[in-house]
Amino acid sequence: MVKRSDLFGWLAVSPLLLVLIPFFVVPFLVILAASFMESDGFGGMIQTFTLDNYIGVFRSRLTFDLYYETAKFAVITWAFATVIGFWVSYFLVFHVKNQLLAIGLFLLCTVPFWTSNIIRMISWIPLLGKEGLINQGLMGAGIIDQPLAFLLFSNFAVIVAYVHQLTIFMIVPIFNSLSKIDKSLIEAALDAGSSRFDILRYIVLPMAKSGIALGSIFVLSIVMGDFFVVKVMSGGGSASVVGALYEDVGVLQYPSAAASAVILTLIVVAVVFSILRVVDIRREIAR
Amino acid sequence: MTKNDDQSRGSKPAGALSRRTVLKGAAAAAGAAAGSGAITGFPTIWAQEIKDIELTHVGVSYSVVKAIGDQASKDLGFKVTMQNLDTSAAINRFITQPNSVDIADVEGWQAKLATRRGVLQGIERARIKQFDNILPIFTRGEIEGHEIPREGISPYEAMYIEEKDATELHEGVTDWMTFLPQVYNADSIGYRPDLVGHEVTEWKELIDPKFAGKAAILDVPAIGIMDAALCFESAGLISYGNKGNMTREEIDQTIDKLIELKRAGHFRATWTTFDQSVNLMAAGEVIIQSMWSPAVAAVRVKEVPCVYAPVNKKNGKEGYRGWCNGMALMGHLEGKKLDAAYEYLNWYLSGWQGAFVARYGYYSPVPSTAKEQLSPAEWAYWYEGKPAPEPIMDPYGVPMEPEGAKRDGGSFIERVTNISCWNTLMDEAAYMNKRWNEFKVA
Repeated sequence: MVKRSDLFGWLAVSPLLLVLIPFFVVPFLVILAASFMESDGFGGMIQTFTLDNYIGVFRSRLTFDLYYETAKFAVITWAFATVIGFWVSYFLVFHVKNQLLAIGLFLLCTVPFWTSNIIRMISWIPLLGKEGLINQGLMGAGIIDQPLAFLLFSNFAVIVAYVHQLTIFMIVPIFNSLSKIDKSLIEAALDAGSSRFDILRYIVLPMAKSGIALGSIFVLSIVMGDFFVVKVMSGGGSASVVGALYEDVGVLQYPSAAASAVILTLIVVAVVFSILRVVDIRREIAR
Repeated sequence: MTKNDDQSRGSKPAGALSRRTVLKGAAAAAGAAAGSGAITGFPTIWAQEIKDIELTHVGVSYSVVKAIGDQASKDLGFKVTMQNLDTSAAINRFITQPNSVDIADVEGWQAKLATRRGVLQGIERARIKQFDNILPIFTRGEIEGHEIPREGISPYEAMYIEEKDATELHEGVTDWMTFLPQVYNADSIGYRPDLVGHEVTEWKELIDPKFAGKAAILDVPAIGIMDAALCFESAGLISYGNKGNMTREEIDQTIDKLIELKRAGHFRATWTTFDQSVNLMAAGEVIIQSMWSPAVAAVRVKEVPCVYAPVNKKNGKEGYRGWCNGMALMGHLEGKKLDAAYEYLNWYLSGWQGAFVARYGYYSPVPSTAKEQLSPAEWAYWYEGKPAPEPIMDPYGVPMEPEGAKRDGGSFIERVTNISCWNTLMDEAAYMNKRWNEFKVA
């Protein structure tokens, strides 16, 4: 007979399972199965068992280049989002004395999210273009005489769009974890003669770890899984892992696309797992 | 549908009534003493039973246009819903979810693919009223004595099958068609005449170093590589056996050259959608790029000068990259819905749509019906390539070209006879795609 506590545990996880099993586990298994099949070149899959798709992906220099490119965007975006996210949260929690005002300002950070991702990204284009606001302003002020081409359709533009879209995913969890820090702890440290910097280093940062870890999971997994921002903001000048996989789907090469998808999933899972190894989020959240 | 089918379905109980049995019932109730054959197509009765039918026509935005679906719904009395997807999403949907689509809007190469997959049913040639008026470009692969080139997959090549449910294409006219051509054009280069400074008539201009950082190319691998091939062939850098079906060596040479150009900073951007190409040109980001004719017109509507390069064939090089979209019937259509689909196909070629697409620079496979719906001035401008006798409006009535303007590329015949290759899916598509991604990531 099932113990009462076990039953309760199962009930508690059932909503999550109801989402995860049909929308993640089952599709993943389908893709996994497809990744071992063979394409007939006309959108059909020959039901054999072959490792050719994986061998093809691993032996290709393209795979390395794509992952390098995507990882580069992920890491740079993550660095900017973490620094900006941390300081915004730090300011809101420790420098805005009025709690109502702090929450108000926090909500203000979410305003860009009232429009869609795509609109937020595309609205950068008229700003950054050759005849865009920034170039016109700089040229009008006589600072430059040729428009700066690197502003748009470049890696720079991709990073700008990502940081703009994803910093909020850092702000929210870091804000949350910083809010839990007992203010009297800081006062005690000050009274004991600690400097502001030491407080940041020995109290605030360690206690913000869980927030940073959660935010990192969001930012890294979103960038790793994105292709649209790269496509639009780089003006097609750069590619991404998912973009290449989507091109495979476009020519109906389902098995090799499936193999790439499986590999990407495993890599993202590995990234998330290693973040969780560094920070025990469960313990931190339960604190 | 055979006669036997009709009879067997006629014996089913109410609720599963066939068109003919309902017609008979209605006819009897009205006291009309007429044979069933005579009544078929009688508008009011027909309207009674088809008003609940809904057809879903799915395809790319420049071919499957809401305004056309709305007009069809109005004229035919049943509902036609237009849904837009990009090229690759569309073919994926036709193949993986064929039942979610009634009319698939396909290019020649997609028709070949979908036929092979068995998701379509053949279109019965005898039921297409305008078949004999469809230009021979499609029906016989020639026009005015010019043989239509077969680099890539020409519409003619993909048009026929031997049986209703055959999965292999057939060379030459048969009773069954894979798809019914509905709109087509010839693509080339668009450029800013004020910034380029001279007339462009050759593809090699696109890769000329003097336009470094100001050029763009189409980033749909299957056709982008053909544009690139036209450039390299034009510049005498690479010669191709068949640009529409390259060998691995040809693909390697082409991509290597593209990577070289990219590393030299030649491409400002690449584009994938109509709007992107318009914005690149209108915002001054690029001054020359591979481009579609209506996109050039859209740039001009923004009062930015833009010309569509006439890349007529010369010395065995150059020429336009042709494309053609047509309608295919999905395999699951039957009974009244199939009848309605044939009505819709016939409506499509009856003129209204041909005139509509002409007004943004595309052509109808049955120009004779489109002509009836166009004003003489529009016909002169769009099809005959003559100076516009009066201002030209776009399909929505927005002024587009002033009196006296001439269409780039000349008359219809001049354009179509200068098509040198067709949109395609190469045998080495998977390899080409992989190499294209290397170009992207370089």
